[in-house]
Amino acid sequence: MDVGVRSRGARIRSTAFGYANMIPFLAFALFPFYYMVITSLKKDAELYNLKAVPFLIQTGVITDHYRYLFFKTEFLTWIKNSLIISVVATSVSLVIAILAGYSLARLRYRGVGAFGTAVFITYLVPPTLLFLPLSQVVVWLGISDTIWALVVTYPTFLVPFSTWLLMGYFRTIPREVEECALVDGASRMQTLVRIVLPMAIPGIVCVTLFGFTLTWNEFTYALTFVSQTANKTAVVGVTADLIRGDIYYWGSLMAGAVVASLPIVVIYVWFLDYYVSGLTAGAVKG
Amino acid sequence: MAVSQRALEATGLPRLGRLARVREWWEQEHVFGYSLIVPALALILGLVAYPFGMAIYFSLSDYWVGSPGQFIGLQNFRDILGNEIFRQTVYNSFVFSLIAVVLKTVLGVWLAMLLFRNFKFKRLIRGAVLLPWVIPTALSVLAWGWMFDSLYSVVNWTGIHLGLISPPGPNWLGMTSYAMTAVIAVNVWRGLPFFAIIVLAGLVSIPREYYEAAEVDGANSWGRFRHVTLPLLKPVLAVVVLFSTIFTFSDFNIVQVLTRGGPVNTTHLFATLAYQIGLTGGNLGQGAAVSLFLFPMLAAIVFLQLRYIRRD
Repeated sequence: MDVGVRSRGARIRSTAFGYANMIPFLAFALFPFYYMVITSLKKDAELYNLKAVPFLIQTGVITDHYRYLFFKTEFLTWIKNSLIISVVATSVSLVIAILAGYSLARLRYRGVGAFGTAVFITYLVPPTLLFLPLSQVVVWLGISDTIWALVVTYPTFLVPFSTWLLMGYFRTIPREVEECALVDGASRMQTLVRIVLPMAIPGIVCVTLFGFTLTWNEFTYALTFVSQTANKTAVVGVTADLIRGDIYYWGSLMAGAVVASLPIVVIYVWFLDYYVSGLTAGAVKG
Repeated sequence: MAVSQRALEATGLPRLGRLARVREWWEQEHVFGYSLIVPALALILGLVAYPFGMAIYFSLSDYWVGSPGQFIGLQNFRDILGNEIFRQTVYNSFVFSLIAVVLKTVLGVWLAMLLFRNFKFKRLIRGAVLLPWVIPTALSVLAWGWMFDSLYSVVNWTGIHLGLISPPGPNWLGMTSYAMTAVIAVNVWRGLPFFAIIVLAGLVSIPREYYEAAEVDGANSWGRFRHVTLPLLKPVLAVVVLFSTIFTFSDFNIVQVLTRGGPVNTTHLFATLAYQIGLTGGNLGQGAAVSLFLFPMLAAIVFLQLRYIRRD
């Protein structure tokens, strides 16, 4: 426990100090979300009234902004696009990363170190370095301006990240387990699928969660490679297409931001510990 | 082949079919290893290395959207280096990255130390603190855009009512002297959780005996922080700072959604300027040249990571 020399009073004071210190951080972290929700439920007349208190809803809660979002815009199409892109890109990347991660973490062959370094360097390449040439690559592949442009390009950041994370998990599995399976006559592929993968499930869950989150949240490629309204992702649709002309309709914009964030919030609340451990493993085990 | 076949027969083993021989070949460690890495390698070569080569080629040609141009040597680089907006962007990028990374480091260590204490609702508080990092950045930045609205800014409203700002308050995103502050604030907001959570992991791994020893030696809490916590956090901090520097330096989302580089280019970063020149303007050659300025920073950080950090 605590070092013991400190008195009860000092401990209470220190705890109170801790809580008091925490409040500004919590307010800073959470206020934008509170403001997002509250804006989406306010009447326009109240939103654009300089006399109103912006922290509260004083003239009644309305759902007009949400109704507008769902019935007058292509919001549901954007959500569908985001879902397809995230699920396909994450699954494909997961399979590629499991194979690569296992190979790099467990098998000995010439060049394995260099491949590992290549994956690590790719992991550090920011998407903004490559978005211009990639925008031409998707044109040549004939998938420009479709959701497939994103399905194809998202693995470029998902695979290095997932491989890196999975390597860490694979290394924690004792080698003897695999050797036993091989001695018993299992093929290498069977060993990987039936013995190693079940033991790496926490890592696989983690990679899947991060993969889904990263693809759902992606903005640079989604803005750059797709311009047709019907093919946009939720994040880009809300950010770019709910602004009519040059006017920001904040009520519906914030309603869009709330709903498009919701899938991530739900997953996040459910799997919080995986996010924390994945975040730590991904960066620190580097 | 024939010899090995005969040798097999000589040993009295049943003849292997073609499939079985392929299988046996695949069971070799190096063959299996290579074949598993091939998909990832193909992806990296085709969609990372090759586009990177293209970026270099673009930057050396007058390539416009829809019309592959000719090789023009270093003309694009000469053009952008002589361009006032580009020089402003270089300055912006360094100011933005330096201030944002320093703030995130200091506040991140502070927040991590707070989170390290034994709180009630520990999990809940950690979850709340990490939230800005998880929510789609473009969407939360949109909310910040509304908070910094020119007329109905809640930041100004609060400041005015607390007597900190004289009405009507600054137009955060429309005035050259304030826009960078706003952009940095949002970047810190979004990146702070990342720092805090990783530094927290570093704090957890420091053995408690070190603190007890320091306390016995008469160190006060600042002394313990200065002589125990900080030196032991150094490796973790180095990783986070390097990592964050790359992604702060190459940031796109925050500036693109909040200011699009304005007012008068005072918040343009390399990525947003490259987007504006290369895609909005259609001059892919020059846009690629601008985005390639991200490369030296990336290379330096990769070098540091490989040289000093991965060795441990």
